[in-house]
Amino acid sequence: MRPARLTVIAAASVAAALTAVTGCSQKSDAGSEGAIKVTASDSACEVSKTEFPSGKVQLDVENKGSKVTEVYVLFPDARIVTERENIGPGTKASITAEIKAGDYEIVCKPGMKGDGISQKVKATGQGGGEKRSPEMDAAVAAYRAYVVQQAEETLPKAQAFADAVKAGDVEGAKKLYAGSRIGWERTEPVAESFGDIDPKVDVREDGLEAGQDPAKDWTGWHRLEKSLWADNKIDDNDKKLADTLITDLTDWQKKVGQAEITPTSIANGAKELLDEVATGKVTGEEERYSRTDLVDFKANVEGAQKAYELLKPIASKNDPELVKQLDTQFTALNTLLDKYRADQTTYEFTSYDKVGEPERKELSDGVNALAEPLSKLAAAVTK
Amino acid sequence: MMTESDSAAQQSPEDSGASAPSRRAVLGWGGAGFALGAAAAGGAVAAFGGGPDMVSAASAGAAVPFHGEHQAGIASAVQDRLHFAAFDVKTKDREELVKLLKEWTAAARLMTAGLPVGDVHEGLPEAPPTDTGEALGLKASRLTLTIGFGPGLFAKGRFGLEGKRPEALVDLELFPGDNLDAARSGGDLCVQACADDPQVAVHAIRQLARIGFGRTAMRWSQLGFGKTSSTTPDEQTPRNMMGFKDGTRNISGTDAAALDKHVWVGAGDGSDWLTGGSYLVARRIRMNIETWDRTPLQEQEDIFGRDKGEGAPVGKSKERDEPFLKAMKPESHVRLAHPDTNSGATILRRGYSFTDGTDGLGRLDAGLFFLAYQRDIRKGFIPIQRNLAKSDGLNEYIQHVGSAVFAVPPGVRDKDDWWGRTLFA
Repeated sequence: MRPARLTVIAAASVAAALTAVTGCSQKSDAGSEGAIKVTASDSACEVSKTEFPSGKVQLDVENKGSKVTEVYVLFPDARIVTERENIGPGTKASITAEIKAGDYEIVCKPGMKGDGISQKVKATGQGGGEKRSPEMDAAVAAYRAYVVQQAEETLPKAQAFADAVKAGDVEGAKKLYAGSRIGWERTEPVAESFGDIDPKVDVREDGLEAGQDPAKDWTGWHRLEKSLWADNKIDDNDKKLADTLITDLTDWQKKVGQAEITPTSIANGAKELLDEVATGKVTGEEERYSRTDLVDFKANVEGAQKAYELLKPIASKNDPELVKQLDTQFTALNTLLDKYRADQTTYEFTSYDKVGEPERKELSDGVNALAEPLSKLAAAVTK
Repeated sequence: MMTESDSAAQQSPEDSGASAPSRRAVLGWGGAGFALGAAAAGGAVAAFGGGPDMVSAASAGAAVPFHGEHQAGIASAVQDRLHFAAFDVKTKDREELVKLLKEWTAAARLMTAGLPVGDVHEGLPEAPPTDTGEALGLKASRLTLTIGFGPGLFAKGRFGLEGKRPEALVDLELFPGDNLDAARSGGDLCVQACADDPQVAVHAIRQLARIGFGRTAMRWSQLGFGKTSSTTPDEQTPRNMMGFKDGTRNISGTDAAALDKHVWVGAGDGSDWLTGGSYLVARRIRMNIETWDRTPLQEQEDIFGRDKGEGAPVGKSKERDEPFLKAMKPESHVRLAHPDTNSGATILRRGYSFTDGTDGLGRLDAGLFFLAYQRDIRKGFIPIQRNLAKSDGLNEYIQHVGSAVFAVPPGVRDKDDWWGRTLFA
C-alpha cells in the first residue's frame, strides 16, 4: 500500500452506511401507510409497487421462504442504498431510507448467497441523481460485482493462511501468504477508499505514522511476512495478528458493496494500480522479506486490466487510438511477466531478489509504457 | 542552400518573435535572474534575429529558431544549462517510430518557442494535464532541442535502416583507461536540451519522455551546468571543474567555413540523408576532484599546457596567443589535443560540467559531460582520443565512465518537416 488517503469516496460511503443504520427499524411495522411490501420466498421477491414517490421510503419485508434472506435496495450501478441482513424464515422486518428520484432495484437473497432475485423500481418526483448512460451503469455494476467477488474469494484464502500461522506452521504459512493477497491487490484502490482498513492489513513497517510503535501498532500481512521470512518463527502475538487480519478483511468484505464507484474512478483506479506497481513492486519495497513482489505485480495488472476491459466499450467509441495502444501495452506487460513464471496457470513467480537490475528496468519500462496511456482512460470515458 | 539568416527569415509564426516570446505569462523570476547571471558572467551574447533594441538574446530569454538547414543546438551560442537524454526504442514498428518522431518534432517546435505542449490547467479534470506545467510562465530561455540517432537504430532486421547506417557512425573502440558503465552508455536516440534556465531544459526532456512512453524508454540522462565551451568568439571562455578555461580555440558558431569543413556532413560524404547533419560523441568524464585539488599549481598548469589564471599557452602571455606546442610538456593536454598533433583533426565541443551529488566514499561525483560534434567520427574524436588516452597527463585525474555516439540529422526545414524525415524517406 501507499500512504493512506481518506478520500471523498470513503466519506461518502460512511454516510451511506449511516443512512442504512439509522433507517433500520428493529420493530416490524408491516401496516404503515405508503410502505412498500416486499414478500420474499426461496424463489421470488415480490414488491407491492414498482413506482413510489422519492423521499423517505419504507420497505416492509416478510420472509415466507424456508431460508434466511437479506434484502437490498441498489442504485443502478449496484451500489447499496440500504440493506437488511438475517431476515429469518417466517419473520418480518422493516427498512427505511432516503431515496432520491431515479431507478433502483430491490433484491432478495434467499440463503444470503449469490446474485439474488431482483425487481426494478422507480422513485419519482424531484431531486434525481446525476444521469449516467446505461452502458456506464453497466460498467460500474460489473466492476462492483468484480470487487465484491474478489473480497469473497480472498477471505477463505486469508483464513487458510491465518490458520497456518495459528498452527505455528511456518512453511505452510509461507506457501499460502502471497496467494492470500491476490484479491486484495487486484482491487486495492477500492479497498484503499475505506481509509481505515488499508493501514490495518497492508501497511509496511516504514508506513507507520509518527508515534506508532511497530511492536504494538503494526498489524496485517506484512507484519506476518516479517515474522515468517525475516524471523523465521511464529510467536503468540503473530497468532493474534492472524485473527486480527481476518477481522479486518471481513470488515473490508462487508464494506466493498457500498463503495462509491464511478466510471472515472474505475479508470483512475486502474491507473493507480499501475502506480502501485511503479512505486512499490518494481522497486522491491512491497515484499521485502518474502520477495513475492511479482505476485502482487501480476495481481495489480490483472485488476487494472479488468477495469479497463469493462470500460473498453465506452472508450472504443471515444478514443479508438487509445484503446489500441492499451491493448498492445497490456499484452506486452503480461508477456513480460510470463517470463517470470514457468506455468501460466499458477501464481508461482520468480523470487524478486533473483531479478537483476536490467530486468527490473525492463519491467519498469513496461509499466511506464502502460501507465502513461492508462492515465488518459478516464478522459476517454467521460468525453 | 539556405543560410542561418535565410531560415530565420522564413520561420513560421509560432517561432517568430525572437525578440521577446513568452510562455503565456509575464516575465517571471527565471527571466530576470538570467539577465543578471549573463551580465555577471560578462556574457553579452549576440542577438538572434535582433529587434531594434538589439538586446542580448540571453537577457531577453529569447527563442532560438527551431527551423533551419542545420539543427539548432550545435553551432548556436552555448546556453548555460543542459539536460541530455538517451533513449532506447521499444516499439518494433517502423511506422510507430516515425509517428513518434513527428510528435516529438511538433512538441519541440512548441517548446523551443516558449510554449507548453498542450493544456496545463484547462483540460479535463478527470485526466492528467497534457503538459506538466513546470515551465509555465518561464521564457523560451534560448531552448534548443537537438536529436541524434544511435547505431542501434540501424541494426539489421529492426526498422529496415541497415543500408542507411553511415560509415562514419562507428562504434568506438575501448580506449585505454575507459571504465564504461553500460547504464550510462549508448542509446537508440538522444535529445540534447540546452537552455539558459535548467527548468526549461528539464521540462523539455520530461515532455518528450512522456510522449515517448511505450515507444521509447529513457536509458540514461545527464544534467549539466557551467558550459565548458563557448561557440562565440566574443564571449569569455568558461572554466571547467578543474578551474581551467576550456574551449579557447573551439570552432566558432559564426565561422561558416570551419563548420562546413569540420562539423557539417557534406553532400559527398557518403550518406545523403545526413547532409547538413553532424556526428555527436558524448562521454561522461568523471574527475578525481579531491586529488586534483591537492595537486601543485605548477603541475596543474603543466598538465594542461596553459596557465590557470589567464589561460595563456606555455611561454605566452595572453589566452588567445598562438600556442607553441613544443614548449609544452609532451603529455600536456592542450598539446595532445591540438589539431597540429592530430593531423588537423578538429571537433566542435559543447560540453558541460556536472555534479551528481557524492559517491559512496564521500567524493564529489563530478566532472565533464563532454559533447563533441564533427563531420566524421573517424577523423574527429577517434584520433584525438587515441592520442589523449595513451599519454595525457590528465588521465591520472579523470576517467571516462559513459560513452555514446549518434548521427545527428539535418535541421527541420519548416512546419511540415520533422526530425528524421530524410532518413525514413
